[in-house]
Amino acid sequence: ASGAQGPALVEGVGLGMAGADSDDSLYPIAVLIDELRNEDVQLRLNSIKKLSTIALALGVERTRTELLPFLTDTIYDEDEVLLALAEQLGNFTMLVGGPEYVHCLLPPLESLATVEETVVRDKAVESLRKISHEHSPVDLEVHFEPLVKRLASGDWFTSRTSACGLFSVCYPRVSSTVKAEIRQHFRTLCSDDTPMVRRAAASKLGEFAKVLELEYVKSDIISLFTALASDEQDSVRLLAVEAGVSIATLLPQEDLETLVMPTLRQAAEDKSWRVRYMVADKFSDLQKAVGPEITKNDLVPAFQNLLKDCEAEVRAAAANKVKEFCENLPEDSRETIIMTHILPCVKELVSDTNQHVKSALASVIMGLSTILGKDNTVEHLLPLFLAQLKDECPEVRLNIISNLDCVNEVIGIRQLSQSLLPAIVELAEDAKWRVRLAIIEYMPLLAGQLGVEFFDEKLNSLCMAWLVDHVYAIREAATCNLMKLVEKFGAEWAQNTIVPKVLGMANDPNYLHRMTTLFCINALSEVCGQEITTKHMLPVVFKMSNDQVANVRFNVAKSLQKIGPVLDSNCLQTEVKPVLEKLASDQDMDVKYFAQEAISVLSLA
Amino acid sequence: VNAPRGGVGGGNDFQWCFSQVKGAIDEDVAEADIISTVEFNCSGELLATGDKGGRVVIFQREQESKNRLLSRGEYNVYSTFQSHEPEFDYLKSLEIEEKINKIRWLPQQNAAHFLLSANDKTIKLWKISERDKRAEGYNLKDEDGRLRDQFRITTLRVPVLMPMDLMVEASPRRIFANAHTYHINSISVNSDYETYLSADDLRINLWHLEITDRSFNIVDIKPANMEELTEVITAAECHPHQCNVFVYSSSKGTIRLCDTRAAALCDRHSKFFEEPEDPSSRSFFSEIISSISDVKFSHSGRYMMTRDYLSVKVWDLNMENRPVETYQVHEYLRSKLCSLYENDCIFDKFECCWNGSDSAIMTGSYNNFFRMFDRNTRRDITLEASRENSKPRAMLKPRKVCTGGKRKKDEISVDSLDFNKKILHTAWHPKENVIAVAATNNLYIFQDKIN
Repeated sequence: ASGAQGPALVEGVGLGMAGADSDDSLYPIAVLIDELRNEDVQLRLNSIKKLSTIALALGVERTRTELLPFLTDTIYDEDEVLLALAEQLGNFTMLVGGPEYVHCLLPPLESLATVEETVVRDKAVESLRKISHEHSPVDLEVHFEPLVKRLASGDWFTSRTSACGLFSVCYPRVSSTVKAEIRQHFRTLCSDDTPMVRRAAASKLGEFAKVLELEYVKSDIISLFTALASDEQDSVRLLAVEAGVSIATLLPQEDLETLVMPTLRQAAEDKSWRVRYMVADKFSDLQKAVGPEITKNDLVPAFQNLLKDCEAEVRAAAANKVKEFCENLPEDSRETIIMTHILPCVKELVSDTNQHVKSALASVIMGLSTILGKDNTVEHLLPLFLAQLKDECPEVRLNIISNLDCVNEVIGIRQLSQSLLPAIVELAEDAKWRVRLAIIEYMPLLAGQLGVEFFDEKLNSLCMAWLVDHVYAIREAATCNLMKLVEKFGAEWAQNTIVPKVLGMANDPNYLHRMTTLFCINALSEVCGQEITTKHMLPVVFKMSNDQVANVRFNVAKSLQKIGPVLDSNCLQTEVKPVLEKLASDQDMDVKYFAQEAISVLSLA
Repeated sequence: VNAPRGGVGGGNDFQWCFSQVKGAIDEDVAEADIISTVEFNCSGELLATGDKGGRVVIFQREQESKNRLLSRGEYNVYSTFQSHEPEFDYLKSLEIEEKINKIRWLPQQNAAHFLLSANDKTIKLWKISERDKRAEGYNLKDEDGRLRDQFRITTLRVPVLMPMDLMVEASPRRIFANAHTYHINSISVNSDYETYLSADDLRINLWHLEITDRSFNIVDIKPANMEELTEVITAAECHPHQCNVFVYSSSKGTIRLCDTRAAALCDRHSKFFEEPEDPSSRSFFSEIISSISDVKFSHSGRYMMTRDYLSVKVWDLNMENRPVETYQVHEYLRSKLCSLYENDCIFDKFECCWNGSDSAIMTGSYNNFFRMFDRNTRRDITLEASRENSKPRAMLKPRKVCTGGKRKKDEISVDSLDFNKKILHTAWHPKENVIAVAATNNLYIFQDKIN
């Protein structure tokens, strides 16, 4: 075990052994090995995660002959243990003696690749793919490829699904005879009896196509793609869509029309909404894969149809892609296509019956303004933005507001402000607190775009009203919002507009509001700086140290601890220290505790 | 001579024989022992029952032995486990019974077997697996379990796997909870093998078998105002081959077929199966007895069968306006509806099942009687699940209920039927003439004997 000595051995086992005997170093390893079968799954997991330590101690020979056979049959264990094992084995090549012996890792990974739990299988396949690169070309044909064949012709679909992910890694490195066999195996799996295997094959079709010679892509892959894309199960067909995108990138432009497009067109009009959804979801990739000409002739009408689909899920997925699709249109005809083909559909979506569709559109529609420029934005898009700002669904309004910056760059925000304000006010007072929370989060952004004057005039009162909201999360967010506003508008602005109002709340009869004053001070002291903190905030904090509610008093202690670093040392010693000392002898246990904590953190003891 | 597959027996093709009975003989039946669902797996090698005590018992068919030609694979207990425990919903102050409402097997995917079991609220995915090897050899303990002195460890021992007695383990793999406000009445695995649906009184949810934290609501018939509620969902099932098709039945005696391709929400059905009511037989009980208690697709996927209180109907999926076949299960009860209403029996939920080749159907009745109908010959038979004459391979005698005044020998009069003995749950082996019949706390297994 001499080769096993190293810091990794004792680390983590937690046994500080005073070793006189050299074999003492075996003890932690012995513990790890025994714990491979501990009843406590956490301990088993811990041992599996240190498998490399065990292997190092056993040496390459015993790892191959004893440890791996044991692990091969350990597939009874919990998923998380198996997952960890599958991952470990991907990094085990050196521990079994290097690339020469890497094939010893195949049996345990093979058994892991057949378990029912998808995450474990996927991890086993990932590790197999990893170690496939460490096989010599000969070993790949002697050991690895037979494993793939075994999995591919296994009785259970779990093993056949795993096989699907392994073809692409061995294909490029085997002889042409074996290549032909691999293609045949893949073909068989594409027409497997079970939909699970066909799904696995469909999802790996694109990846497999990438490693095939172009002639076989055209002959084999296209027919498989066509078959999978017209599978009876829509769960298979929808996976073929993505494969189609990958295949399209591999083919020369002149072949696309005959080999791929008929199938993709059919997918865009599939009877199942899930397949059409997939087409909508992959639309940008598809657009890039087929190039500008096909985009103009085929994808534009297809996209229009998806935007008008009868299923809301499909319309929402397509609406999400509106901006990206328009951006990627060929430049020479971009504006014409958008204005004549896309915009009419977009206009309809603005008043869609489904709120998810509208909110998906609202999250991207503002991006069109940069593409269309100032005049078109004012004439065509602005009415849509305004309509969406008045939408009944708060999420739609929020999505518009959260993307205001796109429009700001093109036409400035003033054009919108008349409609913006009522929308913001309404959201600010929405009955659902999550909606209020969302609009608060956009406040700093809005403030930046609208400018300080507009803000003071119209929005400041809203920000103050949130401080006394009856939901804590809103009050908390409002506090944070003030800090961000001060960062934007500066300390002087803070002193004139918000600090007096915040400090005024210190006299509120509701103790929750008095605490809000303290939370605001915590947030604001640093951005407002030493002068404002010392001169305006600190006296209020001191005064509150006499509050009759203990929660307020201990928050005073916490606040002092928080703002301490902003204050100068003289102030700390002469003013803060006496207050904290008084609080440290408070009747209330929590007040005492936090006062003492503040004293020690600020080193005032 | 091989009998044609299926058929209800009783003719000259084959006869049903007693094979086994499971469960206690006591007259006093513990509530928890009452069987609430029976289901064969896809190969018929395993048979699962669920009971009111939340337990699942799985029986495995013995390998046929050559020297015992006549015993053709008895079913023996393979695994027993507690699937659901009684719970209490503190928010609604409701007790949640542990009773297993439904069991559905998943298609076999590796050496282990998987099933879904559901009580009123929660669905669980169970794995039943075998273990026949055990690791041996510790570093820090010797063979007798005594600790070794840690300073005496001179070599490392890697555990070795040794054969051991077969152990069957059932482990919960997934728990699908918190998606049903009402009581789950059905679960059904989709033919895409990755999703399944679960139905309660008002909603149907679609789950992915690997995802427990969300499901998609595909049908919702809950009216905005519960006072306007006029019907509930009574059963739902996925089509055996077309992954996009499912049906659900309602308390009004109708069945809706939905296509999940058409829209994400299946509130609008694509087919609506309803038989026009016969005005002459209309009575106070018409609506109650037309409520469908079970719906099952045929294995072929061409037909479906529905069970209402008095009859079983077979529908061709291509014909919505009336069933292609109607079988009376116990028409003699029509005159007894009043008393059946008073003792609540009229609300009993009888299930029904197809044989492997869809040529015969079976459903339960009262007095531990169950009925079989041959679809080709239109022959029907009434059999009884009883311990009398329960010798191995004893032939089952057909039973007859007499309705008129004069009772013939071997007939039983309607008035002497025992309405506490009801056969609600039955299952038919997917390939052979082996049936499992749940009679209160006993599970009877019958099989054919070829003449």
